Amino acid sequence: MSTKMVKFVISRQDNPETAPYLEEFEIPHRPNMNVISALMEIRRNPVNAKGEATTPVTWEMGCLEEVCGACSMVINGKPRQSCTALVDQLEQPIRLEPMKTFPVVRDLAIDRSRMFDALKRVKAWIPIDGTYDLGPGPRMPETKRQWAYELSKCMTCGVCLEACPNVNTNSDFIGPAPLSQVRLFNAHPTGEMNKEERLNAIMDDGGLAECGNSQNCVQSCPKGIPLTTSIAALNRDTSFQAFKNFFGSDR
Amino acid sequence: MAGSRDFINRRIHSLLGVIPIGIFLVQHLVVNHFATRDAEAFNKAAHFMESLPFRIFLETFVIYLPILFHAVYGLYITFQAKNNVTRYGYFRNMMFLVQRVTGVITLVFIAWHVWETRVQAAFGQEVNFDMMADILSSPFMVAFYLVGVLSAVFHFANGLWSFFVSWGLTVSPRSQKISTYVTMGVFVALAIVSVRTIFAFI
Repeated sequence: MSTKMVKFVISRQDNPETAPYLEEFEIPHRPNMNVISALMEIRRNPVNAKGEATTPVTWEMGCLEEVCGACSMVINGKPRQSCTALVDQLEQPIRLEPMKTFPVVRDLAIDRSRMFDALKRVKAWIPIDGTYDLGPGPRMPETKRQWAYELSKCMTCGVCLEACPNVNTNSDFIGPAPLSQVRLFNAHPTGEMNKEERLNAIMDDGGLAECGNSQNCVQSCPKGIPLTTSIAALNRDTSFQAFKNFFGSDR
Repeated sequence: MAGSRDFINRRIHSLLGVIPIGIFLVQHLVVNHFATRDAEAFNKAAHFMESLPFRIFLETFVIYLPILFHAVYGLYITFQAKNNVTRYGYFRNMMFLVQRVTGVITLVFIAWHVWETRVQAAFGQEVNFDMMADILSSPFMVAFYLVGVLSAVFHFANGLWSFFVSWGLTVSPRSQKISTYVTMGVFVALAIVSVRTIFAFI
């Protein structure tokens, strides 16, 4: 009995400088396999569809349960996590590409450093360190905690940047993810104390203003984070902040 | 300053599109609608607008400079985007593309329209019903005007939607949805006004 085969067309690239090329693979089908288990199968026996020996495909992965964001890639045209991309639910041949919005390291592995740099730029943390114990901070209402939790689900996977038409080499837009994190930390009762610093950071070049409202981000986010609501809310906050900055304010 | 240059420019771009350009557009279309009554009514209305006091200042600060800034910065925004509707065919992404396409069409149209009417007037031609009837006697120009005016009207209506988002007036998904319906209503209403006017000259 012949085994059912799964076809893959993978966009490969040997190093950041060389041109990408396509390579086809056929691997035996197993029940419940996902894209990662298929890539593992290729790694175990790196032979392409023509029967030639090749190098194993490089990709990144971490948690294997869609919370770390490391295994994001473009699967059949849509950016998503390869761990939750089930082979049986995908049209074949399954086309895998790296998220080219980011620098390609090798094959499907990309460098998401720009997202972490953006988080540093917008001060996406709550400063509580001091030379003595500051005691407990203000309490957070439970209702607010519940919606803030949704924003905290961001795993910096890069899917929203890949989907955004305004994140590209012509623009220095930091993308939707770090913006939404500003809203998260500004919503926190202690984080709110440094609200202005974060708002001013996203009013800088490449920040909030670069958004063109295509709203692809909210459609693409694997965690269902209300990114466009965050962006609109920040538009409102920065409107007030801009006036305060310009005219001065008694706070 | 209140934020970076990009931030300020983008907000000014958004504001100018509505105030004063959007308001001027609506006023222009409404006054032109006199053409649907008769030639005399149109000429009277056009003459009234022409003889407004401080006309050159009104034109410069309400029309020319705002449109010039909006056009130049708009082109910069347009060519910054890498459109991807084939991959992400969502409604808002299509509107994002159409907003940029209609913006460029509108710019070409306005350049031609100003040349044909306002600049010719400066050379001594009289702007009246006959001038427009003459221009629109060619079927090509009728098509050009229909495309140009409808692009302008769409660009304004959809731009109104993004103005509400950019300034933080519509935040929730529901408010943005309602605002989509309202602004598309504005598009339909202004489209009827402008198409009726164009056909009044034929």
